[in-house]
Amino acid sequence: MTQTQRMFSKILIANRGEIACRVIKTARRMGILTVAVYSDADENSLHVNMADEAIYLGPSPSRESYLQAEKVIAAAKKTGAQAIHPGYGFLSENAEFCRLCAEENIIFIGPPVGAIEAMGSKSAAKSIMEKAQVPLVPGYHGDDQSEAVIKKAADEMGYPVLLKATAGGGGKGMRQVWSEAEFSEGFAAAKREAKSSFGDDTMLVEKYLTQPRHVEIQVFCDNHGNAVYLFERDCSVQRRHQKVIEEAPAFNMSETLRAQMGESAIKSAKAIGYQGAGTVEFLLDVDGSFYFMEMNTRLQVEHPVTELISGQDLVEWQLRVAAGEVLPKSQEELAINGHAFEARIYAEDANNDFLPATGTLSFLQPPEESEHVRVDTGVRQGDEVSVFYDPMIAKLIVWDENREKALQRLSKALTEYRINGVTTNIDFLYNLATCPAFINQDIDTGFIEKHHDEIFHNSEQALADELPMAALYLVLSLANKAKAHATTTTDPHSPWNATNAWRLNEAHIHQLVLSHNDIKYPVTVEQKRQGAGSYYLINVNHEKFAERTLDCQGRIEDGKLHVSIDGHRSQATIARDGDNISLYRQNGVFNFTYITPDCGNHDDHAQQGGLSAPMNGTMVSVLVNAGDKVIKDQPLMIMEAMKMEHTIKAPSDGVVTAIFYQTGDMVDGGCELIAFDADE
Amino acid sequence: MAKITSKINPRSPEFTENAQAMQLQVDDLKAKLEQIKLGGGEKSRERHLSRGKLLPRDRVNTLLDSGAPFLEFSQLAADSVYPDDVPAAGIITGIGRVGGQECVIVANDATVKGGTYYPLTVKKHLRAQTIAQENNLPCIYLVDSGGANLPNQDDVFPDKEHFGRIFFNQANMSAQAIPQIAVVMGSCTAGGAYVPAMADESIIVKEQGTIFLAGPPLVKAATGEVVSAEDLGGADVHCRTSGVADHYAQNDNHALELARTIVSNLNRVKPVEMNIKPVQEPAYDPQEIYGIIPKDARQPFDIREVIARIVDGSEFDEFKALYGTTLVCGFARIFGYPVGIVGNNGILFGESAQKGAHFIELCAQRKIPLVFLQNITGFMVGQQYEAGGIAKHGAKMVTAVATAQVPKFTILIGGSFGAGNYGMCGRAYDPRFLFMWPNARISVMGGEQAAGVLAQVKRDQKEKRGESWTEQEEAKFKQPIIDTYEHQGHPYYASARLWDDGVIDPADTRQVLGLAISASLNKPIADTKFGLFRM
Repeated sequence: MTQTQRMFSKILIANRGEIACRVIKTARRMGILTVAVYSDADENSLHVNMADEAIYLGPSPSRESYLQAEKVIAAAKKTGAQAIHPGYGFLSENAEFCRLCAEENIIFIGPPVGAIEAMGSKSAAKSIMEKAQVPLVPGYHGDDQSEAVIKKAADEMGYPVLLKATAGGGGKGMRQVWSEAEFSEGFAAAKREAKSSFGDDTMLVEKYLTQPRHVEIQVFCDNHGNAVYLFERDCSVQRRHQKVIEEAPAFNMSETLRAQMGESAIKSAKAIGYQGAGTVEFLLDVDGSFYFMEMNTRLQVEHPVTELISGQDLVEWQLRVAAGEVLPKSQEELAINGHAFEARIYAEDANNDFLPATGTLSFLQPPEESEHVRVDTGVRQGDEVSVFYDPMIAKLIVWDENREKALQRLSKALTEYRINGVTTNIDFLYNLATCPAFINQDIDTGFIEKHHDEIFHNSEQALADELPMAALYLVLSLANKAKAHATTTTDPHSPWNATNAWRLNEAHIHQLVLSHNDIKYPVTVEQKRQGAGSYYLINVNHEKFAERTLDCQGRIEDGKLHVSIDGHRSQATIARDGDNISLYRQNGVFNFTYITPDCGNHDDHAQQGGLSAPMNGTMVSVLVNAGDKVIKDQPLMIMEAMKMEHTIKAPSDGVVTAIFYQTGDMVDGGCELIAFDADE
Repeated sequence: MAKITSKINPRSPEFTENAQAMQLQVDDLKAKLEQIKLGGGEKSRERHLSRGKLLPRDRVNTLLDSGAPFLEFSQLAADSVYPDDVPAAGIITGIGRVGGQECVIVANDATVKGGTYYPLTVKKHLRAQTIAQENNLPCIYLVDSGGANLPNQDDVFPDKEHFGRIFFNQANMSAQAIPQIAVVMGSCTAGGAYVPAMADESIIVKEQGTIFLAGPPLVKAATGEVVSAEDLGGADVHCRTSGVADHYAQNDNHALELARTIVSNLNRVKPVEMNIKPVQEPAYDPQEIYGIIPKDARQPFDIREVIARIVDGSEFDEFKALYGTTLVCGFARIFGYPVGIVGNNGILFGESAQKGAHFIELCAQRKIPLVFLQNITGFMVGQQYEAGGIAKHGAKMVTAVATAQVPKFTILIGGSFGAGNYGMCGRAYDPRFLFMWPNARISVMGGEQAAGVLAQVKRDQKEKRGESWTEQEEAKFKQPIIDTYEHQGHPYYASARLWDDGVIDPADTRQVLGLAISASLNKPIADTKFGLFRM
């Protein structure tokens, strides 16, 4: 067969992290050798270890390594790779790079240059789609970039509107503007972000739908004129326009609508002469009308959910199409089987505005993989989540025969995902997955904001049971630990091994302090004997709770706490990292910290009054001078880190006495940025 | 092992009545201790807390391993002894686990008379040290005391068993490699300064602890020098300049954490050389002891019913069950530790005393700890018995008890009268620990007997003078004697004077014994050399 003969024998993967590993897996299965590329920071990364060969590109910042098109091409030539898989991000939608590949006779595993260029500019893309009669959201995509013209367009279509960088993607350079008054500020910010992210601040403006769903269609085209769609993905759950949990198929999707959207997507792809894997993103309105948003000319992060419901390996499809083969399946041969979810595990602090986190993954234990659970990751225990790249740790993908079951798989797998050393969004994802509105499919792109309180457990009432559970867990685990330890001593059955806080002629009371959301709750646990076992009287001593004594019993089994509180039996999966305890309950995860006695401040050089960097990053702009009087919340500096802007604000009225960093400086997390004297 | 079959009927009216009577006594004890536990008055507690100090019981709790038991001693010390109210004699003592190691903890309560030493404070401190020494337990002193209570100096300072003995003990225990650790969490003045100074390692809390031989007022009086307490003997002085203290603590919690660290570095292994078995709970509920002990102390009861509610699985292998039956001897286990139990089941006869002596010899030979359950009105009297040599038989038992080197534990569960107290390992016979039940009574003889003896003497005198003495007059004469005996024989009276190590709830007997036995095993059991047995 000529087609098999034409399959590559060696490819280079111009990417890092999980996607590089993902591509290597398929290539290896197909008998194709792989070449990885790496930067300083990735010297010992998983993708480098997995590949057959690896070529060093340059220093850690991606601009000096993974974005160096010539170096990547040189690496491919040096190793004799016949094709380059760009993954997503980096060079994947870079037309220039695609052109360079062609010049060097290296096959770019992706669409032709023309398609990338056509979709690279959002406004150009829209005009093409308009001509191809693909439905579009009302908007202005003109070349006249004056603020007045764009604002006029916005005023005419009515607020809210969405400002987007035409060169943008992934939520960067995008701003919602809710009223005419906010327009100027939002416009300036969006342009600044677009400029720094893409070097191009061309803007478009669109009508902002208030309850839209983000539904995207996976399409595939070969070089022989065939095109299919591999159904849809619902990626409505987003924060700051970044996808959080994706699922396939989309819920409440009629076969008619699915076919309509699929046909539209193919029409879009054909309009630009597309080849390979692509995704056409639509906004789906409540009335079933849908609008073209953009087309991503690459493999998406969330492609695994499509793989799990279609039974296809999309990377394999990419390789076959790039090698000139016809599509492995026709539309009629494709069918949906079951339901899949993907949750993106990020190093970020969901409770702190999703601030990216960095650090070493001191403990990393993903759930066990099975026919139901898949983990796509590019890191191992001991690896570092650095400031240089996207802080995604892994993608957790689950499958089951229907949405309800798949969702249960997702929450269970999330409770089994254990990561220490770096703050992650696992708890946040768990809360999302267990949120009733999510279960009940009451979802649009504003989901997280709308259900914020539910997801973040802002109502303390919920703690009425969880606080005693956490306290009971501590007491029980103390006993278990002591029991285990006792067996190693010369006196294994000594009554001194007990942890029942026994006192002569007094009640046996454990006094604990647990904190939740930085509020401290004193809890007393009185241990009472009952035959050979014990029961516990638990009291939470805090004004938020009515004075009451709970009669509790419990045991710990396989990391699960089984309790009976006043006769009500329930359970929680527990994860403990030192003094931090997480209770995974049916209604979400609850985090407590066991407060140990305050041993005073040993560091006499404690930071006072200064403002420190929230993380590693670059100083983008310094807005004040030493000696300036500032008012509370006044912006003082803007830092860029993890591709996001962070504004450092004055904590109170006061005077800036010194500034330690200037625009362009690299800043380490925790460093003092500004000396600040607060007014009395 | 043979399991005791209880013949008690918990549904009988006697049981209920007995249980109610005991419950009242236990409730009274606990209510009394509830008050004592508070320490000094509310004002002095508030003042103490406002200085950023922890209350002494919280210090103990923080020092101990999480959830660890604490076997407190002499909670009733100094109760109703002095014109002043001195709860627990102003000092908390007991055994607790620190870093997995049983330690004796001695904590001054500065909320009680500034933590000054009354005579019974000294006695309680010394008793705790004795327990540490006898059982080879590290000592941790949480010092916060103004030193000797000056108005009582004559009963505190000069004698052998007075204040000076504290430092004598520290030196000698240190010599025996029993660690002495001092945590200075408040004043440590004059003689008190020697507690940290004599310690193996000492910790001092910044801006709280002070150590000096003479405080600022005395310095000023003596030399005219004016100096603040902190500059004279604070943490900085002693950690940076004088070297009197070794570790500088930021606050109470930090100091206690440092003490835990010190203990964790002691490198001690508990030398338990004994056939230990897994623990079995008694087959009968220990709480049922309440209903077993007769409301009327003169009524007999079977000691085996009590044993069945103390020992593992209620299993008890009796020795010489058919001989000298008024003394019950046998082997059992408590928390898996083998024990020999000696319990009274009536008055001591020559046979029972000989049996007791024999059994104690067995335990000493086999290095099995001895538990005495004391409920004894004395040895049998009368011509027949004197002729039978009851004195020499009693002497055998007393000799055996006195010289046996195995750890001995005594619980006064009923009467403790006369020479019976000696044969059953009373305080003078150095049991490692001695506890009383709230229903117990201790005196040279029963109040009735004492009044009877004294009335008989009086009647003889009167009759010699030809005077008459009516029954009513005799009763009137006897009553105050009976009352005095009742008052002085009461466990509170006894415990206040440290004739014991504490009054305990009978239902806790097993737990208390388990902790005490386990603690005693920190000291290897020595070989016994008995004294001469008069044959």
